[in-house]
Amino acid sequence: MNVELSHIHKTFGRVHANNDISLFIPAGSIQGILGENGAGKSTLMKILSGCFYPDSGTILLDGRPARIESPADAIRHGIGMLHQDPLDFPPMRVLDNFVLGRAGGLFPNATQARRDFEQLQARFDFAIDPDAYVESLTVGERQQLEILRLLWLGARVLIMDEPTTGISSMQRQKLFAALRKLVSEGMTVIFVSHKLEEVEGLCDRVAVLRSGRLVGQAEPPYVTSELVRMMFGKNIHLAEKTSLEKEDHCLVLSDLTVGDARLDIRNVSLQVRRGEVIGLAGMEGSGQRQFLRTLGGLMRPAGGKILVNGINLAGKPYERFRAMRVAFVPASRMEEGLIPGLTLAEHFALVRPQTGFVVQRERMETLAQEQIEQFSIRGTPQSRVEALSGGNQQRALLSLLDAQLSLILLEHPTRGLDIESAIWIWGKLKERCENGTSIVFISSDLEELLHYSDRVLVFFNGKVSAPLNAAQTSVEELGQMIGGKGF
Amino acid sequence: MKKRWIEWLFQPLAVVLALIFTTIVLLIAGANPLQAYGNILSGAFSSTSKVADSLVAWIPLLLATAGLLITFTAGLWNIGVEGQITLGAIFTTWVLRALQDTNTAAWLILLLGFLAGMAGGALWAALVGILRIYGGVNEIFGGLGLNFVSTALVIWLIFGPWKRPGVGSMSGTVPFDERLWLPMLPGLRLSLWALILGILAIVAIYFVLQGSYFGLRLKAVGRNRRAAALMGMSPSRYGLAAFLICGALAGLAGAVQVTGVYHRLIPSISSGYGFLGLLVAMLVNYQAIWVAPIAFFFAALNIGSIQLPIVLKLDSTLSGVLQGSLVLFVLLMDGVRRNLLNRRKE
Repeated sequence: MNVELSHIHKTFGRVHANNDISLFIPAGSIQGILGENGAGKSTLMKILSGCFYPDSGTILLDGRPARIESPADAIRHGIGMLHQDPLDFPPMRVLDNFVLGRAGGLFPNATQARRDFEQLQARFDFAIDPDAYVESLTVGERQQLEILRLLWLGARVLIMDEPTTGISSMQRQKLFAALRKLVSEGMTVIFVSHKLEEVEGLCDRVAVLRSGRLVGQAEPPYVTSELVRMMFGKNIHLAEKTSLEKEDHCLVLSDLTVGDARLDIRNVSLQVRRGEVIGLAGMEGSGQRQFLRTLGGLMRPAGGKILVNGINLAGKPYERFRAMRVAFVPASRMEEGLIPGLTLAEHFALVRPQTGFVVQRERMETLAQEQIEQFSIRGTPQSRVEALSGGNQQRALLSLLDAQLSLILLEHPTRGLDIESAIWIWGKLKERCENGTSIVFISSDLEELLHYSDRVLVFFNGKVSAPLNAAQTSVEELGQMIGGKGF
Repeated sequence: MKKRWIEWLFQPLAVVLALIFTTIVLLIAGANPLQAYGNILSGAFSSTSKVADSLVAWIPLLLATAGLLITFTAGLWNIGVEGQITLGAIFTTWVLRALQDTNTAAWLILLLGFLAGMAGGALWAALVGILRIYGGVNEIFGGLGLNFVSTALVIWLIFGPWKRPGVGSMSGTVPFDERLWLPMLPGLRLSLWALILGILAIVAIYFVLQGSYFGLRLKAVGRNRRAAALMGMSPSRYGLAAFLICGALAGLAGAVQVTGVYHRLIPSISSGYGFLGLLVAMLVNYQAIWVAPIAFFFAALNIGSIQLPIVLKLDSTLSGVLQGSLVLFVLLMDGVRRNLLNRRKE
């Protein structure tokens, strides 16, 4: 189906999220939509899929104007969207999720649905157990389920919003193969991303958005520097890796054993120097999350020692870890990091030492203003955190950290962020390393792991590799280890 | 401009709808609605003593609602507030009974009685909190269960250990000597002391929630316990503190009912002020600044409807119909307003 957007405008308050966007997407092609966070990509896609209604402008499907007022309308017109976080029901079975959303019938025809499901997934080489519970699936499998469901509902245009966030490289290959197959059958795929290499490798055409406007389109062969210039309006280079003389140990693990209902990680010993960065690699669910949370005092280890500046904290409560200047930055910013409904200024009041009984609002707002400038957060001291974009929420989280820390633990510090924000955030973290703070972080981005870490630990199914020297490891080697080679 | 206008339109609309709904109920009951509303108004405001009675009802409502604002801020539904009022009343009665025949000064007995009432309410609330934090029992169920227990306890006391000489009666325990009554304004049932207490409580809670570190942390814990925990606040400690404060204020309401209103322990000592406080808190959308006027309005409705059975042969629960439908319609209109504004935006 040909999709045409014509003069789409959408404003949120004073922000012009989509400013006069016109775009033609022919059937049988993969259209890339590129842009940094807040460029207006998601808004545009949500307009096309019926989550938002545009202030003005029209959507034409195969040349006919279509009025799309809800996601149900969209799917009736054959437009299906895969959201960044799969919108499914984890406590239900795969097949139940599959038939949900289908109109009509008090009792769904389960046998028919099961047959359709199996046929569809065979076409794409997917292997999901229809009787498994969705919560037991990986993010990648949940995404596959969502694709199958939308196709079954009759989608002929598939919108993918940042689909490769949080899935393994194997699953990514499978996903890309499925998408290529779909367009060869005449479907239309819209692929939203800020990852240049994926867009370059997959898309037949790319449209670049910046600050709500369509700034340009490109076709293969792509010139990376040209795309970057369109995205940011300027050229960007990765910061050089700095190496310091680091002797003193800030964190020493000896025979640390981390247990949980599903897997144990046994006898890990590691010495982390002051200012060193340790990356934790592995497919999601390989144990790195439990490991990092144990280092932060959020889980109790089953055995072994965690020495922070020489003091054993194993089994001690979280407050003791905090008192020893260990900070934990969670991946889910709105669920665990920030408090919706409270302003930035109120967040600073919460994390700074209390002075007296009454909060001095003006002092907190001045403080928040300083941090907002220092961390280039787009917002004001009175902004509520849920109104900030993802990248700005991440900056806010970092700005809340204490100035003097011995160890920072981060889960996916740049997940979902554009390159510019990611580079900026690592710049800030590296500044801290130069002042002697050590960092341990989890990432699923191999280049990030190798570029910013001094050493990398690979997790596979609860086992931990010996520390790899990041400077002497290639992306391919790391990728193979994550897939289980050498364990 | 247009948006403002819509924002303001919905509140009065909710009031109108609640009135229409109540009118329909009245018509079904075969009563003249205008007469009924007129009676409620005159029952609440037609004389100084009636206004004073409304104020008497206002005080426990203020105290309970002030406490509930704290638990709501911490993200907790303290349904058990009724039982906490009752326990406050029981503890106050206990101290007064124990000391009434001694030479202790009356003011000291009253003071101890009030402190005991606060302790009783706080104890009952602490049970809900402990069940929730250490036992995994949702505070709604824990509170509801303890409400029943407190009712049983009060009945047992009135018909058992504390019964009137001879035979126990639903009219309660033996009234206290007049020296143990809170001093009243001349000719009225209203005690200035209790009034001051109620006003102080809501003002204090307003400032605590508005400007204090404690209030801010409570808000943080209520809105996102996991993030608050990572920032170093203990959600269970703040939750328990919220329960204790709310319980103490509810207990205070119970103490006021015993020393300032009934001068004895009666079976329905909490008089539903705890549940009414929940309604007030929801109606004001947990904003302390609106509690005083709305609570007064509710109290006036309660007092005004007392004479309905006598004059119009209507049940006095009519005020409850009006109060309940008011809350429902305000919540409903809030939802409708948000929907309309969102649609306009998108």
